[in-house]
Amino acid sequence: MTGISIVEGTAVPMDRANVDTDQIIPKQFLTAVTRAGYGKHLFHDWRYLDLHEKEPNPDFELNKPEYQGASILLARENFGCGSSREHAPWSLTDYGFKVVIAVSFADIFYGNCMNNQLLPIALESQQMDVLFDAVKADPAVQITVNLPAQQVKLGDYRFDFAIEAHHKFKLIKGLDAIGETLTLQDAIALYERSIPAWRE
Amino acid sequence: MGKTLYEKIWDAHLVAQVGTDNLIYIDRHLIHEVTSPQAFSGLEEKGRKLRCPERTFATMDHSISTRSLALDACGDANKLQLVTLKENCQKQGVELFPVGHKRQGIVHVIGPELGLILPGMTVVCGDSHTATHGAFGALAFGIGTSEVEHVFATQTLKQGKAKTMKIEVNGKLPVGVTAKDIILAIIGKIGHAGATGYVMEYAGSAIEALSMEGRMTICNMSIEAGAKAGLIAPDKITFDYLQDKPRAPKGEDWDTALTYWQSLKSDADAHFDKVVTLHAQDIKPQVTWGTNPGQVVAVDEAIPEPQSISDPVARTSAEKALKYMDLKPGQKLSEVAISHVFIGSCTNSRIEDLREAAKVAQKGKVASGVNAIVVPGSVAVKEQAEAEKLDSIFKAAGFDWRLPGCSMCLGMNDDILGPGDRCASTSNRNFEGRQGRGARTHLVSPAMAAAAALAGHFVDIRELDA
Repeated sequence: MTGISIVEGTAVPMDRANVDTDQIIPKQFLTAVTRAGYGKHLFHDWRYLDLHEKEPNPDFELNKPEYQGASILLARENFGCGSSREHAPWSLTDYGFKVVIAVSFADIFYGNCMNNQLLPIALESQQMDVLFDAVKADPAVQITVNLPAQQVKLGDYRFDFAIEAHHKFKLIKGLDAIGETLTLQDAIALYERSIPAWRE
Repeated sequence: MGKTLYEKIWDAHLVAQVGTDNLIYIDRHLIHEVTSPQAFSGLEEKGRKLRCPERTFATMDHSISTRSLALDACGDANKLQLVTLKENCQKQGVELFPVGHKRQGIVHVIGPELGLILPGMTVVCGDSHTATHGAFGALAFGIGTSEVEHVFATQTLKQGKAKTMKIEVNGKLPVGVTAKDIILAIIGKIGHAGATGYVMEYAGSAIEALSMEGRMTICNMSIEAGAKAGLIAPDKITFDYLQDKPRAPKGEDWDTALTYWQSLKSDADAHFDKVVTLHAQDIKPQVTWGTNPGQVVAVDEAIPEPQSISDPVARTSAEKALKYMDLKPGQKLSEVAISHVFIGSCTNSRIEDLREAAKVAQKGKVASGVNAIVVPGSVAVKEQAEAEKLDSIFKAAGFDWRLPGCSMCLGMNDDILGPGDRCASTSNRNFEGRQGRGARTHLVSPAMAAAAALAGHFVDIRELDA
């Protein structure tokens, strides 16, 4: 898996709180047994007027011509709340998003992003206002996300963001998390020998 | 300083610390057809083995029909997912409870029924409602598919430590008020994201008085407040529930376990990062009016006026929710007609839930124009209910009596609502489109759902009990 470091691009302003995983990718698309191809169903209920995805909803942000090709998604509080379905980050990355910037994220979704090279950035509400205003005023405005420097840049604005060191390392290096843990097999085996019979 | 229950379980499962990472051992891994196939194929692509098949248990629940035992009853895609699970389990030596098995059911119903979930264990599943198992004093949480693969290969997970929140509910619950109302009231108080980053421990006399079924309902919805997990300290009610379960430890192992389990509670001087207190006698039957579980009122209260909400984000959310739900501020939910009733889901499909619903159902008939279904959580629940003749009560009242599964909670099968349908549901999420595109979900307790089915609109269950 390749790493993520600096992302420069335009953004889609999704000015909503509590964007849940049922909205990101509705249940009828969870019957697949592969990880690929979810992007076309991303935000299905909001994005299409019909069930067959033939009639795009012209009022929905993702369908507006000015937001095509964006790699950054802007949202408000509690993005990704709800189910643990990893189909949510799979559909966002398959669509072309590399970064989601929001006021806050649900825990499971945040963790799932880390395993899928999707960078979730939490910024203060007022900082989000700046980003929303700028993108709404000029959809072509470029936003630069610098993960090594932990900074979002837009024009003269510089917003620092927090991320745990191990998450940052994993996103930049594109590490195989399982391979990493497998190097600790001895410690796992040692632990297993200490487990009491009732917990087996 | 003493330790919280969460810290005790955490410490007992710490395998290694690597930098800022904590490697935690996983005792039980529950899987189902929706979130496991990509993890199995990932394992295979890398030529890796499932480390502990004996700690892994599978069931079919999300994509199955509640009218037929045929795997293709809900189409080819659903069938492929179910067949894939079967093949993967065979290949990797995982015990599967498939459709038609006498132990099949919703993953969070069958785990406890089998006695697979014990106090002090760590439990994960690719499903956000894994928090249910916290009712046993087990640290249980939902994970993504990449993490499912990680547990397959290593039987561990890398985890950051969560903050702790104690929710104390003291006093005696009024008649007609249930565990579902407690948890909805808690989420209403702290908000839909109020516990993000926390593990919640529920305590207090009202929690201690609950049965295991009620405790599971409470812990199940911890995720609806954003929590990583929910916990309730094990006690005599827990031990009595577990004692005769088929997979619970026996003999000497039971005695050793019991001694340890009795130590599994937060110490009196343990520190919680946050404490929230509720008084049981103040809790009324709850009904959600919006599109997240925190948008909830008591059945006798009016839907709030968005203008009265000071937080602009919450205000906008309320406005959007009212529009989607086609409701007006100031309206009472008892004035709102419903078209559907769903009694089931990992929140409320256990025997006690069905007993409560049946007690109401036997008082009348499902109102004309209302479509009501009862979906037991497992084959075992279904058989128990039939032995108690609850199925006859439901059928006589006009409810459909179905086969076990997740069903209309999320509608991955054909139990799906149409645009504009309005459902009184005992499930856990009232998100837009959750039960069907354009459909409107109101979360309630089993008794409230049954009462709504008979009346054709929401009613205050306390008035029926009087």
